[in-house]
Amino acid sequence: MSLNIDQIRGFFPVLHQEVHGKPLIYLDNAATTQKPQSVLDALSAYYSRDNSNIHRGAHALADRATRYYEETREAVCEFINSKESAEIIFTKGTTEGINLVAQTFGRKFIQKDDEIIISTLEHHSNIVPWQMLCEEKGALLKIIPITESGEIIFEEFQKLLSSKTKLVSIVHASNALGTINPVKRIIDAAHEIGAKILLDGAQSTSHLEIDVQDLDCDFLAFSAHKLYGPTGLGVLYGKRDVLESMPPFLGGGEMIKEVTFEKTIYNDIPFKFEAGTPNIADVIAFKSSLDFIKSLGKKNIKKHEDELLSYSTELLTSIKGVVPVGTANEKVSVLSFNIKDMHPFDVGVMLDANGIAVRTGHHCTQPLMKRLGLEGTVRASFAVYNTKSEIDKLAESVTKIARIKNK
Amino acid sequence: MNSIQYIQDEIVSEFEILGDDKESTIFYIMELGSSLAPFPEKERKEENIIKGCQSKVWLIADERDGKINYQADSNTDITRGLISLLLRVLNNRKPKEIMNAELDFIGRIGMGSIIGSQRSNGFASMIRQIKLYALAFQTKQNV
Repeated sequence: MSLNIDQIRGFFPVLHQEVHGKPLIYLDNAATTQKPQSVLDALSAYYSRDNSNIHRGAHALADRATRYYEETREAVCEFINSKESAEIIFTKGTTEGINLVAQTFGRKFIQKDDEIIISTLEHHSNIVPWQMLCEEKGALLKIIPITESGEIIFEEFQKLLSSKTKLVSIVHASNALGTINPVKRIIDAAHEIGAKILLDGAQSTSHLEIDVQDLDCDFLAFSAHKLYGPTGLGVLYGKRDVLESMPPFLGGGEMIKEVTFEKTIYNDIPFKFEAGTPNIADVIAFKSSLDFIKSLGKKNIKKHEDELLSYSTELLTSIKGVVPVGTANEKVSVLSFNIKDMHPFDVGVMLDANGIAVRTGHHCTQPLMKRLGLEGTVRASFAVYNTKSEIDKLAESVTKIARIKNK
Repeated sequence: MNSIQYIQDEIVSEFEILGDDKESTIFYIMELGSSLAPFPEKERKEENIIKGCQSKVWLIADERDGKINYQADSNTDITRGLISLLLRVLNNRKPKEIMNAELDFIGRIGMGSIIGSQRSNGFASMIRQIKLYALAFQTKQNV
C-alpha cells in the first residue's frame, strides 16, 4: 500500500507554518518527530476529563486513568512483540532506560575486571553510563571498531568477546549516520558466551519492525518522542527473568508491596521500576502515537522513508562539494553530509534561513566524529510526512550554499 | 577615529539595507568574515581559544601606544564575520573605552534571531573575553 502523504501531513499542525518567511521543511526527525493531532487531543482529553493519580485511587477518574495508562503498556507490548506487558517499564526516555540498566543490573552483576562492549557508533547516552559503572566497579569498556563507511567490523567484535564479557550494549541504528547494525548476529554471538545484551532502539523503533522475542535481546530502550509521541517518556523492555533478578532503580511509592521501618518488600515488575507518580498524561497520549503508526503500517512507513533516503542521497551527492558521511549498505532515513571547506554550523544556519530544519554538529557522538576525523556533520533525517519536493528544496539550497566555496 | 557609537550606527544602517531577508544577512556576515586580517598560525593554540563558543574562536591582544590591537579567527565563516564586526567597533582603542563600550548594535540588528540562541551565547563569551583583555591592559597601565 502506498501512503497518502498529503493526507498524513494534514494530521500534523506544526508542519503548516513559515519560518523566516519560507514554508517550514522539517528534516530533524532523528532529533524528535512532530506529533499528530490525535496525540495532542489525547493529552488535552486526559487533563480536561480524566486527570487523576493511577493505581491506588478508589474513584472513577483514577480507575479511568489507570485503565488508559495500562492500555498503553499493552500497546507497547504489542508494538515490540514482548511476551507480556509486565516486561514494559515506562522511563523518561532512552537515556534513563540505559542508566536504569547500568545502575541496577550493572551494579549487581558487573564486577572488577568484567568487560562491557559497546561500539564506535554509540550516542553519548550509551557510553557515559557504562564509563561511570566501569569506574565504580573497576570493569573495562571495550569498543567495536568501524569501517570508513560507518559499519561495525563484526570480526573485531567477535575478537572482543570472552568469558569476561558480561554485557554488550549496542545501538540498533546510528543517530549520526543512520547505519543499521546487524543486531541479530550480535545478539546471538553475545548470548553464545553468556553475556546479556541491551539494544539502544532510539533511532530504530520508528523505522524498523521490532520483535524482541525474535531478536532475543535482553533489554531494549527507546523514546516516545521519536515515535510521533510526547517528550519526556521512554520505554525499557527487559526479559522477565532478567528484570526480576535486578534490584530496584529508584525507591519510593508505587514500587513497594509492603514497607515497615525494618524492611521493604518490593512490588512485582514492572511497578518495581516505576517509583513515584509516573508521567501519566504522556503515557496515555503515547498510545495515540502507536495507533497512528499502526494505522499506516511500519512496512509502508519504511518503504516511503527508504525512497526519500535514496532520492536525497542521489540528489545531494551529485552536488559539487557535498561529501556524504556514513555510506553503510543498510541505513534508516538519515543522511549525514558535509560541504567541502564549510563548517556544518554555517550550513545549518543557511539552511534555516531557507526554512529548512536540520541538525548540525557532533550529534552527541564525539568519539564517532573523532574516528571519522570530523568536527561534525549536517544531518537531514526523514519521517513519514516528508516529501520528495521538500528534498528538492533541500538540494536546491545545498547547491546554492556549496557554490560559495566550490565554484 | 570615529566613536564607538558612530561605528555601531553605521553597522545598523548597513544591516537595515538588507531588510528582513535572513539569507542575505547571513551571506553578508560571511562576506565580512573574509575581510578579517590573517591570524598568526603560531597563536592558533588551545590557550587562545575562547571557552563557551560552539565553534572554535581564537583571540589574542597586544598593546600599541596605549591602545589594544586584537587579532581573532574562527573555524566557521559566520563566526568570523561576527568577529570582524566586533573588531571593527572595538579594535585599536584605549582599554577604558573598550571596557565601557555599550554594544547596542547587537540588539538593534536583531543578532539573536539571525544567529540563534546558542551562537548568541558564544558571541557573548567573545565580548566578555575582549573586555577582559581590556581590563588586564588597563590594570597594567595603572601599575
